[in-house]
Amino acid sequence: MRGTTFMKIATRIAARLAKAAVVLLAILVLNFLLIHAAPGDPAVVMAGEAGATDDVFLAQLREKFGLDQPLYMQLGKYVWDVLHLDLGFSYRQQMPVFDLLMDRLPATLLLTGSAFAVSLILGVAAGVLAASRVGKWSDTLISTVALLFYATPLFWAALMGVLLFSVVLGWLPPFGYETVGSGFTGIRRALDIAQHLALPALSLGLFFMAVYSRMTRASMLEVAQLDFVKTARAKGLSRAVIERRHILRNALLPIVTLAGLQAGQLVGGAVLTETVFAWPGIGRLMFEALTQRDYNVLLGVFFVSAAMVIVFNLITDLIYGIVDPRIRAQ
Amino acid sequence: MDIEPTLSIEHLTVDLPEGADRPHAIRDVSLQLWPGRTLCIVGESGSGKSMSANAVMGLLPKGVSVGAGRILFGGRDITHLSEAQYQELRGQGIAMIFQEPMTALNPLMRIGAQIAEVFEAHGRLAPAERAARALQLLREVGIPDPERAQFAYPFQLSGGQRQRVVIAMALALEPRVLIADEPTTALDVTTQAQILRLIKDLQTRHGMAVMFVTHDFGVVSEIADDVAVIELGELVEQGPAEKVLKAPDHPYTRRLIAAIPTVEFRDEPAREEPLLRVRDLVKEFRTGARVVKASDHVTLDLMRGETLGIVGESGSGKSTLGRAIVQLVTPDSGTIEMDGKDISHLRGAALRAHRKRIQMIFQDPYASLNPRARIGRILTEGPIAHGRPRAEAEARARELLSLVGLKASAMERFPHEFSGGQRQRIGIARALALEPEIIVADEAVSALDVSVQAQVLDLLEDLKQRLGLTLLFVTHDLRVAGKICDRIAVMQKGRVVELGSVEQVFRAPREAYTRSLLDAAPGLEVQP
Repeated sequence: MRGTTFMKIATRIAARLAKAAVVLLAILVLNFLLIHAAPGDPAVVMAGEAGATDDVFLAQLREKFGLDQPLYMQLGKYVWDVLHLDLGFSYRQQMPVFDLLMDRLPATLLLTGSAFAVSLILGVAAGVLAASRVGKWSDTLISTVALLFYATPLFWAALMGVLLFSVVLGWLPPFGYETVGSGFTGIRRALDIAQHLALPALSLGLFFMAVYSRMTRASMLEVAQLDFVKTARAKGLSRAVIERRHILRNALLPIVTLAGLQAGQLVGGAVLTETVFAWPGIGRLMFEALTQRDYNVLLGVFFVSAAMVIVFNLITDLIYGIVDPRIRAQ
Repeated sequence: MDIEPTLSIEHLTVDLPEGADRPHAIRDVSLQLWPGRTLCIVGESGSGKSMSANAVMGLLPKGVSVGAGRILFGGRDITHLSEAQYQELRGQGIAMIFQEPMTALNPLMRIGAQIAEVFEAHGRLAPAERAARALQLLREVGIPDPERAQFAYPFQLSGGQRQRVVIAMALALEPRVLIADEPTTALDVTTQAQILRLIKDLQTRHGMAVMFVTHDFGVVSEIADDVAVIELGELVEQGPAEKVLKAPDHPYTRRLIAAIPTVEFRDEPAREEPLLRVRDLVKEFRTGARVVKASDHVTLDLMRGETLGIVGESGSGKSTLGRAIVQLVTPDSGTIEMDGKDISHLRGAALRAHRKRIQMIFQDPYASLNPRARIGRILTEGPIAHGRPRAEAEARARELLSLVGLKASAMERFPHEFSGGQRQRIGIARALALEPEIIVADEAVSALDVSVQAQVLDLLEDLKQRLGLTLLFVTHDLRVAGKICDRIAVMQKGRVVELGSVEQVFRAPREAYTRSLLDAAPGLEVQP
């Protein structure tokens, strides 16, 4: 019995992965075509920066980057390379794109991961609190604050955070990943990074925190009306047990969907925050690559972001199967 | 009698929040529950019959509260306990089971754990013993394969099995009082009969007092020792079941009992001209690897001018047959002929033109009307879609409203302004608006109170005679089928197992399955 269940799950995952591969390939092609549909190419930007406008120089650059080939040849070569896990070379940064991404990925994951954890934990906790005190002042307070976070544009919240905590109070550093040239190591360095992390992670997490708290509250109140909650009360269970075991567990189902959505943005969702806080992550790399028409880097970022979304979709579905036996059975 | 009542409700008044249609849910109600006896509280929807049960458990909805009177449990006043005191009482002193077994269990928790929770809530037994005792309880309430069922989730059990689980939870701590709030209303007749027997058995074995809330006098006649009848919050009659059922004093009780559909055998000549022929109809539904044959080579004729009843339990395929006939379901194979033409695979304009000839009345009078459309629009939409001028369609809609016993002013109102019975009348008017030859009624009166049910059945009968309609009446209720139908087809697992006149089916059923359905039907009396 257990063995067949395991086989069933394995088959399902394999089927999903096959589908994901197709989707990824489609994204790859689409990204490539979209980027080439945009006006300007790396050669123009480079030539412009070098102050040269003569056509021979441009042609030389294009030949060097393979941009003189017909589009379908370029596409074919690109797809072939990616299939071999070669994301190309960035001529701007003089580094393979893969190394560049790996270099920046930890900073981004640290930022988005902390934002994810903070927003999920605090958001759900606030939602539970509001739902169990529905109609009381603490509920009103939580709901109002959540609405405020929800409505505030990210960059504005970030700037105000810097103004308050860095400029006025001087508690936290306003930008950067760590104190440059401090030479900190070990715990001291971790603390330093954590201090730098606090503001960007919070401002990035605020929106989702608000969404989680509103959703948890609504979902808890809805589940509280269901028949099985009345059954639980009729058994003589205490309020705390009913809330935790019966209401919250059922109310978390829609939260899983939302968390999956947020998790999909772990790589590509922090462009604004990284730019505002000069955070050396993928988002800023992408922004720079965009202004410089650094095709290979841009395509690389797009590719990794898309792959991330697909992976987290799959994980979300698996988690759904774990928390909801009805889905597992299908 | 010198024994004490287990539970005594004295002059209880339960207040409704301001703005409700009446100030009290129940007013000045006094009832006693005796050990080993079952008190049935009978009333129609909105009578407040469930409120008395909820008041005892301290489970009144928000805004509803006990205004006056008191509730004594074993001599102790439990009217205004604190939440902690109620928690202590619930499940331990007084247990409760509910109407909807499908939703009464936590979908994410295993069955055994949900039962074991009762012991945990009251700090009884060591954790390991709790699971063992839960298994024992599952066995006692007759769950098949309890060793496996304890690890099942609710969705893996049928409605009847879930109700058994709820009963097991209620019994866990051997309460002295069991409150059952319409526990069998959502179940099939045969399952209902089993659950009623189970409750009766357990009651004798454990000597509990049972308060059984129901709207169904059939159930009352099966299970009650004492009966209390509630009309709009007032206790109008109470006494021993024998007395109340056979010789009711109050006119309301008499009216309710008279409204129970009784089987009528008609002496009309059999109708022989088939209007609709169903031949070898097959329809399968697949969920994953499971294949359900909803229609398994169904063959039958619907004669012009007759009322044909399709009866069966849930899952028997009776609704699928009705839906296939109205073209809401496309059959996998087989034909449905009308005027010698197969209508089961019509498409586009031909299908639209055909649709007006067969119309449907649905089960749920609340869900089957668009809540944002005025009645006028609901009644004219169909005819206008079929090319009637608006003015003419509206004039016809007014006629139809008076035909089904509603005022023409209803045209301007929305569905939520009407009661369940009135909405079902609107549903009937909507079906009639297209001047169909055949009406398929899918459990059209199942959601209605008996008195309303009787009115709607009379209306259907009257309209059928006046307009020369042919009726296909899909129902799980044999009493209703016996009252309104000329012939009855009994379905089981997608097949028609018996087809004959009402008299033949009720008096001399050929199939064992038909007999078991007839035996299970509560309060069904057929003159031999």
